[in-house]
Amino acid sequence: MRSPKESQVRKLPESGVSRRGFLQGVSLGGGALGAAVLERPAEAAQSGVVGPGEVSITLWVNGKEHELRVEPRVTLLDALRDRLGLTGAKRVCDRGTCGACTVLVEGKAVYACTTLAIDAQGKNIQTIEGMTRGSELHPVMKAFVNNDAQQCGFCTPGFVVAAKAFIDEHPNPTEEDVMNGLGGNLCRCGTYIGIRKAVVEAAKAMGGRNA
Amino acid sequence: MIPQNFDYAAPSTIEEALELLADPEAKALAGGMSLIPLMKLRLAAPGRLVDLRRIAGLREIRQDDGALRIGALVTHSEIESSPLVRSRCPLLAETASHIGDLQVRNAGTIGGSIAHNDPAADYPAALFALEAKVKVAGKGTERTLPLEELVVDAMVTALEPGELITEVIVPVEAASTGTSYQKMRQPASGFAIVGVAARLEKSNGRIGSVRVGVTGLGPSGFRARRVEELLDGTAGSDGEIREAAAVVAEGVEANADLHASADYRRHLAQVFTVRAIRAALARAS
Repeated sequence: MRSPKESQVRKLPESGVSRRGFLQGVSLGGGALGAAVLERPAEAAQSGVVGPGEVSITLWVNGKEHELRVEPRVTLLDALRDRLGLTGAKRVCDRGTCGACTVLVEGKAVYACTTLAIDAQGKNIQTIEGMTRGSELHPVMKAFVNNDAQQCGFCTPGFVVAAKAFIDEHPNPTEEDVMNGLGGNLCRCGTYIGIRKAVVEAAKAMGGRNA
Repeated sequence: MIPQNFDYAAPSTIEEALELLADPEAKALAGGMSLIPLMKLRLAAPGRLVDLRRIAGLREIRQDDGALRIGALVTHSEIESSPLVRSRCPLLAETASHIGDLQVRNAGTIGGSIAHNDPAADYPAALFALEAKVKVAGKGTERTLPLEELVVDAMVTALEPGELITEVIVPVEAASTGTSYQKMRQPASGFAIVGVAARLEKSNGRIGSVRVGVTGLGPSGFRARRVEELLDGTAGSDGEIREAAAVVAEGVEANADLHASADYRRHLAQVFTVRAIRAALARAS
């Protein structure tokens, strides 16, 4: 796989227009402030400060490069779902508790809902969509099917991604290891028993090696 | 939930970060495990985020003069898996492994956790038992202070506006020192309803150099000095451990919330103090 390209956002030339000076300049404009700020080009910022308007960023997702424009406040989850059409990662609690939005950043499971898209630039991002090879399911997905490890299925993509990251670091887990290791993912249907079995089976199918 | 608009910078040096943080609207972003949810809930609305994650100097763990110096941006999972921390300061590695869940440990940082000072955070128990110090940088200033002086109240620290935690300093432990962290875990979030860390040495059948750190019970973590005094010099019998643990909540205004009443927390503090001391004793040689 090619390495992710460093984004250009932090290499902007200094323009000499300070943020404070800019804000003072528009402070009498009242209602114009919002529009003016939104339209302010990223280049007009002090030493690498960008936003609050949209900023060009590059995300490297499932081996593909995506150029997009987002406000700094846009989370990786919202960028994936609403901008790139990758709706596998789900928005549920939206505050870093339930695990439905789990994606891999540099191979590590993280909550996409509490990661800023702008902060995920230049990093290798993998989502549930990137886990299949053509129509062939990943061993973790197959094991979830075999073990009835889902009911409504809404938490399943997050669980599958977290399980892959977990197995990569714990190639031979027990069901108890799985319970502790996947503590960051919640299933309101309560299919934990099937999930634990599925993850143990998937780890065996992956032969105790990373995949 | 969408946070209020902010502008953003990701400096590559501490000096640049301090310059950017001089803006009164600015807030430092470390792992984002607490700040981003707070911003989504509009409990925090900084006008600028200074993202510290590109500062390489804040991500190192090194041994220096009998101490481990842990960069503020080191994540919980890096501490948990660091061979240096595991061998030289196993209590800290053990405590990091109990934090939240996989996703939180992969993003959350030790400096962020200390600066946020959540009463239910895990680190304070270990850091108080280890008598940790914290290095703090400001624009043109630098100071090192004991954790005890940094924590003020729930979610409040002695950090001045524009100041940044850069390093956490813990002692390198002798292999003979026994340590343990024991906690009652909130099942969904993994936060400590109560957590207790114990550290002690054993010589000629007597316990010495006892340190007990407690989190989750009061508005901030603290050292249970009275427990330490009662246990110091004893043989560490079950009766002696229980007697010492019985005073752990004395003089502490115990937290109460939907997870646990104040009475229940006081009870848990005693139970987990006993467990932590017993486990530390079993590991001391």
